[in-house]
Amino acid sequence: MEKVIAGKTIHVNEEGFMTDFKEWDNTIGEALAAENELSLSPRHWEVLTYLQNEWKNEVPLSIRKIGKSGVVDIKEFYQLFPKAPLKTATKIAGIPKPASCI
Amino acid sequence: MSENKGEIKKMMIILSKATLENVYAAFVLANGARMEGIESEIFFTFFGLEAVHKKKMNSLHIATVGNPAMHIPTMVGGLPGMEALATSMMKKEMAKLDMPEVSEFLEILSDSGVRMWGCKLAVDMFHYKKEDLFEGVEEIITVGDFYKRSEGEGVHMLFI
Repeated sequence: MEKVIAGKTIHVNEEGFMTDFKEWDNTIGEALAAENELSLSPRHWEVLTYLQNEWKNEVPLSIRKIGKSGVVDIKEFYQLFPKAPLKTATKIAGIPKPASCI
Repeated sequence: MSENKGEIKKMMIILSKATLENVYAAFVLANGARMEGIESEIFFTFFGLEAVHKKKMNSLHIATVGNPAMHIPTMVGGLPGMEALATSMMKKEMAKLDMPEVSEFLEILSDSGVRMWGCKLAVDMFHYKKEDLFEGVEEIITVGDFYKRSEGEGVHMLFI
């Protein structure tokens, strides 16, 4: 379905995850973060960029991998994105929701 | 169930067994809750305490006897070495799925904000001390304390 955010039209699924990463840009990321009651700091952006790169390289994302990434540890990841971190962060990053259980 | 459309706010998981499949089930459920923004706590009681016992946590086994899903005859399952064999096979499969060892999984749970408690009765019965247990176990508490912690809307309790 279509959604208008930050003055642009994007395509999202029923959970609000973007379905076409090409439509994503930083302003959309910031607007999606605001919808999730977050304002993005440079640390948030480092994590978001890391997630996008992992996704581009087709690496399945999990909490365990993020903890070992060297970019952020699990504690800080939960501090940056307190409610459902992996789900929220991937949604803001414009990439699909990870299917991982761990 | 009418409260907040049945939204789950907190999972209170009681782990009473130390067979690997039960320990992983409890850990995956607790971690999965945190990943969804749901609070979660684990109360380790009876044999479940072995999952947080520093000297025992990484040598837990799966049960080959009395487990029909293993599809091996009970008497064969009881032969020496069978549990170790089945456990090492299962651990290999779990490693492929990026499942951590028990000790690493406990660190992940603790870092994810899962709160962990030891059961006083069971700790006394096994003559354990708090120092024997994983640091993430905050306190040794009674069942009454655990019930008190479980008060509130949208709290679900799960016995494993």
